[in-house]
Amino acid sequence: MSTPSPSIPASAPGARLIRTLGLVAAVSGLLVVLTDRITAPYIAANRRAAVEQAVSRVLPGAVRRADFVLTPDGGLAPASAGTKGQAVYAGYDASGRLVGVAVQGAARGYQDLVRVLFGYSPACHCVVGMTVLQMAETPGLGDRAKSDPAFLANFRALDASLNEKGSALAHAIQTVKHGSKSSPWQIDAMSGATITSKAVGRAIDASAERAVPAIEHHLDLLGGAR
Amino acid sequence: MPTNPLQVEQLSADTFLRGLWEENPVFVMLLGMCPTLAVTNSAMNALAMGLATTFVLICSSALVSLLRALVPKQVRIATYIVIIATFVTMVDYTIQAISLTLYNALGAFIQLIAVNCIILGRAEAYASKQPIANAVVNAAGIGGGFTLALLCLGAVREILGNGSLFGVHLFGPSFQPWVIMVLPPGGFFVLGSWLLTFAWIRRRRERSRQEVPHGA
Repeated sequence: MSTPSPSIPASAPGARLIRTLGLVAAVSGLLVVLTDRITAPYIAANRRAAVEQAVSRVLPGAVRRADFVLTPDGGLAPASAGTKGQAVYAGYDASGRLVGVAVQGAARGYQDLVRVLFGYSPACHCVVGMTVLQMAETPGLGDRAKSDPAFLANFRALDASLNEKGSALAHAIQTVKHGSKSSPWQIDAMSGATITSKAVGRAIDASAERAVPAIEHHLDLLGGAR
Repeated sequence: MPTNPLQVEQLSADTFLRGLWEENPVFVMLLGMCPTLAVTNSAMNALAMGLATTFVLICSSALVSLLRALVPKQVRIATYIVIIATFVTMVDYTIQAISLTLYNALGAFIQLIAVNCIILGRAEAYASKQPIANAVVNAAGIGGGFTLALLCLGAVREILGNGSLFGVHLFGPSFQPWVIMVLPPGGFFVLGSWLLTFAWIRRRRERSRQEVPHGA
């Protein structure tokens, strides 16, 4: 676009076009970098606050947090710059006892991926809280997964105990039709939002299947309660 | 168009006001329909989107107007896009710093301000030919008109579809929300109703203006 050609009038030689674009790009770059420098600490603080808020919502009573990762081979390791894997957040109460571990899960909902965070408590071998981190479900129907008190009550003591070998969940967490919950590992679906309810159930089940054995086998590392 | 330069306009109240009414980007020019329909499902989202767009509009108009003598016309569109994209990126970071909830609610539409035709239209048709004071005042008017229009849609949709305004619940717990109003079709219904209202008001005003000389 900057090479002079017969169609470009002599009044605007290539050098001038390049100079103009270069100047504008330089000013633009300067402004963007400045904004990034100024806002970066606030954005990081917001992100941290969002994670902390979500963790304290799914682990009632937790006041302190330590980050761990689930390693690909099914282990658990303290989070540091080098370790790779899914992040999980251990929450401790005021006296330093482990309240539980917050784990993320995701499954396809009605519109888009439903991302949830749930708290697993090794003391009761159950899920003690759930919050939706991200979803694009239908307002008024699926998006009640965030707020419907009856639905959220499912996750106050949702059984997630391991089988005898300790290798997997004894019972898969499953979502059942509204009003037909009969076992402690079942989730009572919201009426009119079965797909979203099932997505939440699948997200927790798939994630718990991996995370719970790792947590139970590494309680000493977590600074165990019990 | 650069071949048909506009004369430098005398700065007046009309420079600002015409963006609110006569040249309202949404209700008269029907520009920027994408954010208008997509993020007006609540009054707060509408206000945030309107203010973000207004900020980009004012800043880019000012810079385009300042650089108008320097920019060769062969690269003017490229220059405008770079300027606009810069301010959009700044808004993007700023909103993330203010509130992540708001940022998530507005989604991709913040970045998409860069391709909002209202802003490029102002840069090309007005700011590139007028002194900076005119460009800023005019951009503020257009931005104000856009924000106003978004708020009109957002408020109606939130009240009908959620029973609240700016998150404050207006009716009791027995209120059955009209959910379709916060869903995409509701955007079209409410926009259509507002367009009808505005067209009706405008026609009445035109008619009464025509009738005055006859009566006198």
